[in-house]
Amino acid sequence: MSGILRVCTAAGCAGCGGSALREQLGAVIAAATTGDPASGLALKGVGCLGPCGEGALLELESASGRRLFGGITPEGVAAVAASLANLSPGTDLGTWAPPAARPIDLEQPFFRLQKRLVLEHCGRIDPESLAEALAAGSYGQLRRVLQENRPEAVIEQVRRSGLRGRGGGGYPTGLKWATVARMPGPEKVVVCNADEGDPGAFMDRSVLEGDPHRLLEGMAIAAWAVGASRGFIYVRAEYPMAIAHLRTAIAQAEDQGLLGAAIAGSAFGFQLELRVGAGAFVCGEETALIHSIEGQRGVPRPRPPYPAEVGVFGLPTLINNVETFASVPPLLAIGAEAYAAIGTTNSGGTKVFSLTGDVRLAGVLEVPMGTPIATIVETMGGGAPDGHAIKAVQTGGPSGGCVPANRLDTPVDYESLQELGSIMGSGGMVVMDDSTSMVDVACFFMAFCREESCGKCIPCRSGTVQLHLLLQKHLAGEADAADLAQLESLCHMVKDTSLCGLGQSAPKPVLSTLRHFRGDYLALLRPEPEATPEPVP
Amino acid sequence: MSVRTLRIDGRDLAVPEGTTLLQAAREAGIAIPTLCHLEGLSPVAACRLCLVEIEGTDKLLPACITPASEGMVVQTATPRLQDIRRTVVELLFTEGNHVCAICVANGHCELQDLAVTTGMDHSRLPYRFPARRVDLSHPFFGLDHNRCILCTRCVRVCDEVEGAHVWDVGWRGEHCRIIAGLDEPWGAVDACTNCGKCVQVCPTGALFHKGDTTAEKHDEPAQLQALVHARHHQQWNP
Repeated sequence: MSGILRVCTAAGCAGCGGSALREQLGAVIAAATTGDPASGLALKGVGCLGPCGEGALLELESASGRRLFGGITPEGVAAVAASLANLSPGTDLGTWAPPAARPIDLEQPFFRLQKRLVLEHCGRIDPESLAEALAAGSYGQLRRVLQENRPEAVIEQVRRSGLRGRGGGGYPTGLKWATVARMPGPEKVVVCNADEGDPGAFMDRSVLEGDPHRLLEGMAIAAWAVGASRGFIYVRAEYPMAIAHLRTAIAQAEDQGLLGAAIAGSAFGFQLELRVGAGAFVCGEETALIHSIEGQRGVPRPRPPYPAEVGVFGLPTLINNVETFASVPPLLAIGAEAYAAIGTTNSGGTKVFSLTGDVRLAGVLEVPMGTPIATIVETMGGGAPDGHAIKAVQTGGPSGGCVPANRLDTPVDYESLQELGSIMGSGGMVVMDDSTSMVDVACFFMAFCREESCGKCIPCRSGTVQLHLLLQKHLAGEADAADLAQLESLCHMVKDTSLCGLGQSAPKPVLSTLRHFRGDYLALLRPEPEATPEPVP
Repeated sequence: MSVRTLRIDGRDLAVPEGTTLLQAAREAGIAIPTLCHLEGLSPVAACRLCLVEIEGTDKLLPACITPASEGMVVQTATPRLQDIRRTVVELLFTEGNHVCAICVANGHCELQDLAVTTGMDHSRLPYRFPARRVDLSHPFFGLDHNRCILCTRCVRVCDEVEGAHVWDVGWRGEHCRIIAGLDEPWGAVDACTNCGKCVQVCPTGALFHKGDTTAEKHDEPAQLQALVHARHHQQWNP
């Protein structure tokens, strides 16, 4: 009996038994003799399998189809391995029910409603094997565009697909590529922003850990289209597994002539380097990121000039986020029109979200743009656990806002979320149930921005501190109506005057919760003292 | 050289291409407050005091780095901008320990002047009274972090004009502070040439001559401008 066992070894599952599970199952399979159900089983460590909250996850693919098991704890690993070893000869693996693990229905909405393009191979292939990536079709689009040799046609495809920056800004990707392609000069640079830092965001991490070759292919296609010969991936140091997998992938691709000089036999060369951040959220801001790559202090500078004009080492630079680059190969594979048709008129394609917080099924999922938030959090995520109701969904991290429960019918696209005072953001979706204090949420994010402010401009450096103090005053029940008014006006001041995106969006969690949950703030106000009657003369 | 015509606070102006809004306004006698900006040093647009309103965009733009463009209509002193400037000054006063009565720069301090021009007679936000240090390790000069507003003029003048790069900014956010060398005592940094340019350009009493006492420090940006001009034009013409 042959089959494939896939153990999720992405950071989430690896941390709760995945690594041990892979090791012990490997030992069982190695020791199996002919006739044992375990003999001939292929064992793979794969990237994210989806429902991270159910980890550690194990998938079995056999003649009778795919089955997923979750809830395996470090203590339960040995039992799972022993159960596999003790299966009597001739047992159909399709009937195997490992102890200390619960079956997860692969037909439930969480899986059924997904449209996996970016995550196509994530959880299917071994991210450390180039052979598996190639077998799954990776680098096929790169070879094809190199052969066709029409860079402007690639840019046109990306433009027509309606792909927009997945880092959160939503700038049309095709337009950005065309701008960099038009910049004069023999040397250009392509940069991948893999500094995913929003609390509750782990989509890019899943791509980096689960299918790094997809990113490398996307970057190489972009570099070729805009005429760049150098590239950097700026990845945060907090992602050691992503860094390790990227290093492996780059070395493998260089070895096979898919990166470096004369790629796939063409005249096109692309040198890709990894740059590891040092733990500053602000380095996800593109001008700060450029400074950091150059070896300088990671602080933003005013734009213009935009990186397309003056970027890394003063060269015209294309900066896109992980998911944007990773969207390019599938986009080219299915064609611009088919890709655009998946999403909405103004936001084409799919979006990867990391669903977390007060939700039954937390994890990484990919859905068509325009999917209502309710579909993601209620139908796919299963709503709030323990009999609670959802109060709000936070999108966009510290730069975003909260969508209240009565607006969950809002489709996820750039414009709709902006109208609600939130943003698409990079894809973190934190669900909060009715026991949540929205002032507490706002205070958490303000503490985050206070900690992460670079300190260059005054409104952000000193304003976030004062905002945090004001929010703490509210939480302590010591604020009055004047403090609330001051909180609101200082929010607007910091938003309007800060130098970079971090400062400009730092007040957004406060402003959006003030807009949709003002009652939470009012309930915390100190009661006004009774008016004392005028003393009788 | 081509010319740009624009309107600032209702006045029509014609300026050479490449002129910033700040330069254009100042030439026309329109005062826009600044703090981090200093003619002769590279602009950083960090203090946000010179933000102005431009017709056709909701975004406030810093006058110190925004070039004048054809047909621009600029407002430099609307009530909204005045309130923002006052708040910026409040944020500066509350994050440091600025006690004018005992300060070497009293009466000659750009921060103090700004408080007056923006009408900041008190702060609506609470003072934070941070614990900060004083570095008196240098033989001639001192650095009182309590009075530092992190405008980075000292960092830039030392790097760009003196070429010594003694100063930089260490840490981040509210913990930012000016550091000498690799966060050493100023007096221990060999790179310092004792030129005193940093003291000259400091807008407050943070950097000072050790001999100065209350109200005795005068900053002299004109000396820097004369020097930069002379180098640029290869001619000493103070």
